[in-house]
Amino acid sequence: MKPDTEIIIELEDVHKSFGSQKVLDGVSLQIPVGTTTVIVGASGQGKSVILKHMLGLLQPDSGQVRVFGHDLAQCNKAEMQQIRSSFGVLFQNVALFDSMNVYDNVALPLRERTDSNEKQIQSAVEEKLALMGLEGQEDKFPAQLSGGMKKRVGLARALMLDPKVVFFDEPTTGLDVNKSNEIYRLFYRTQQQLNYTAVIVSHDVPKIFKLSDYVALIAESRLHGPLSPEVFQLSDNPLIRAFVLETMGPIYSSETEGSLLYETF
Amino acid sequence: MESVTRYIALLGAETMYFFSWYGRLGLFLITSVFALVRPPYKVMPVIRQIRFIGANSLYVIVFTGLFTGMVLGLQGYYTLNKFGSVGFLGAAVAISLIRELGPVLAALMVIGRAGSAICAEMGIMRNSEQIDALECMAIDPFRYLIAPKLLAALISMPLLVCIFDVVGIFGGYLIGVHLFDVGAGAYFQGMYQNVVWQDLEMGFVKSFVFGLLMVWISSARGFYLHLERDGGFGAEGVSRTTTKAVVMASVAVLVWDYLVSAIML
Repeated sequence: MKPDTEIIIELEDVHKSFGSQKVLDGVSLQIPVGTTTVIVGASGQGKSVILKHMLGLLQPDSGQVRVFGHDLAQCNKAEMQQIRSSFGVLFQNVALFDSMNVYDNVALPLRERTDSNEKQIQSAVEEKLALMGLEGQEDKFPAQLSGGMKKRVGLARALMLDPKVVFFDEPTTGLDVNKSNEIYRLFYRTQQQLNYTAVIVSHDVPKIFKLSDYVALIAESRLHGPLSPEVFQLSDNPLIRAFVLETMGPIYSSETEGSLLYETF
Repeated sequence: MESVTRYIALLGAETMYFFSWYGRLGLFLITSVFALVRPPYKVMPVIRQIRFIGANSLYVIVFTGLFTGMVLGLQGYYTLNKFGSVGFLGAAVAISLIRELGPVLAALMVIGRAGSAICAEMGIMRNSEQIDALECMAIDPFRYLIAPKLLAALISMPLLVCIFDVVGIFGGYLIGVHLFDVGAGAYFQGMYQNVVWQDLEMGFVKSFVFGLLMVWISSARGFYLHLERDGGFGAEGVSRTTTKAVVMASVAVLVWDYLVSAIML
């Protein structure tokens, strides 16, 4: 990480427990602007909890979460809204508004947060839906869509107001290989186009490495990394090493083949 | 000794739960009212909610009003006939309806029809992270979800109560005049002479208060479903919380009915 890069999100010694269960035990992380940071880890380790702290949906028991330099715990409602207006979020279960059709779901941020008239909204929504390959699906309701389509609608909604930071919570969970590749392609294309900072929580290893600038592992309530994907795969840290071995097999970290990193596309 | 400390700890926990729960309910109302009065104002969501809470409750209100008026006609005639003063039937029916039965029964019917639906809707939105999604999109859920319902209830309830009263008086007329031998002139003359402005005023105040209670309690319980002590998870959590909301709102209506009557008498 270059020392002069602007840090857009920073977690500093964040602790969080639910009842007697310690989920985050002194987690620190910096997300530089314009980069893609991936947080990996086994299920139930607290990946989504870290994301929810960044979004201000959860408050740390101790420690600080700073977004654009603001400590989220100190922000009032208006400041929080100001910060969140630069966010786009793709939730794990997509969280589409199930009583609205695809068109209204994607149009909602424009309707509620801008003064655009219906004509402007229509052209913006159609443009985003076309980008996601969802033409002709405007009138369908979320319950009538497949998992992959829901994710694409969610992504269209998240990108509607050209956010500075986009959070992805398990963007490919429950999708087959083709569908998840499609999501990754869309992610790659939209990031090139809109140049947003991305924070991805995923266990889709090693595919996700190809897209990331930094990878961090959450294990035993602590964060290990962030490291560049190449360094991550060859790390000496026993927990990272165990994770890499478990998810990718020994071939990727063997000494002789260490330089031949896994190609995803 | 140990059981005593456990008892004290339990007492403390219960007290804290009680105050935090009712404090949260109070804050919910204040936040909703602020969200309601803060510009910009949007008309369409309120009209949609008036249709849902008001217009769609019309049939049930008309039927309940009609049969309540008819029962009052029957019972009132039976009682007044003992004293030879059936001429007061119109006044008795009208005063009972306007001051008491109209607002209370209309409110109970609307709680059963719309309050339960509001609570379930909020609960499902909370469970499926749709409320979190709104917050992350910098859309204030109080403004977007609660405020239109609150305003719609404040507009609809007095109108529904008026309709209930009028239909009820007509029901009493059907029984008194057509089934028994009370003169139509006596029925309306008695009403005209004995119903005063204070009666109508009390009915209006009650209808506003009950409308507020209905939306407040049912939406707050659904909104805070995830904080329910016995767990608000899944379909069962939503159904349990909806039942609680309906019971709590109905009891609150009866308690406030007494309080408003006592204050305004």
